[in-house]
Amino acid sequence: MGHFTEEDKATITSLWGKVNVEDAGGETLGRLLVVYPWTQRFFDSFGNLSSASAIMGNPKVKAHGKKVLTSLGGAIKHLDDLKGTFAQLSELHCDKLHVDPENFKLLGNVLVTVLAIHFGKEFTPEVQASWQKMVTAVASALSSRYH
Amino acid sequence: MALSAEDRALVRALWKKLGSNVGVYTTEALERTFLAFPATKTYFSHLDLSPGSSQVRAHGQKVADALSLAVERLDDLPHALSALSRLHACQLRVDPASFQLLGHCLLVTLARHYPGDFSPALQASLDKFLSHVISALVSEYR
Repeated sequence: MGHFTEEDKATITSLWGKVNVEDAGGETLGRLLVVYPWTQRFFDSFGNLSSASAIMGNPKVKAHGKKVLTSLGGAIKHLDDLKGTFAQLSELHCDKLHVDPENFKLLGNVLVTVLAIHFGKEFTPEVQASWQKMVTAVASALSSRYH
Repeated sequence: MALSAEDRALVRALWKKLGSNVGVYTTEALERTFLAFPATKTYFSHLDLSPGSSQVRAHGQKVADALSLAVERLDDLPHALSALSRLHACQLRVDPASFQLLGHCLLVTLARHYPGDFSPALQASLDKFLSHVISALVSEYR
């Protein structure tokens, strides 16, 4: 998959160091469910998802968002072996969760917009480019064990 | 997937706020697209794509004008954009996936410059609006 230069790695790592994973997680998953409402199909047990404000305030959404981004954050230390890092999660998403990998791309792009909101000027085109590599590579790794 | 009254209101309100700066943001969106998705540069081998290029700025303004036209004609997008669609279909022949990439980079640009306005609801409405524009743009493709 995508090759991360040393500069990409430094950019990704340093930005991530400043991310509040709990807040960003809730924002990212929440926005995914608002902007692409069909993604709510995986979250029937989450309770009230009836409006944008219900979704953004939903504690299960926030908790799950935090879980997802914590996992992503953990992978940042293993950028050269994302496939290995996400092997088990890939199997889980295929065999148990039955998630269409297209959703990983959607989530990745929503994460990029959340980073843009939070980091503003710092989220330059160059920084975005490194992060697009990141989310593409994570999506690819998560779908690598699908069968 | 039709644009609701709320979608239209949110998009129009944002566009009013952008005022005469739409071209600044579409130019930045193009720069972001070229950096993040280098394959998109293949359509611009005739342009100078270096940072600050006046040619990219000129192209950004064309995109801005088309989007502003779209905002004016939300009820009639396919018709409003039919000439542009024919241009992209018959002469430019841009792969439709590229429009998604530019659309995403425009959202990122607007999020970066208007974080306080970029609520989940606005993001949803803008995303829908851009999908409609893209749909209209590829409507004459085949």
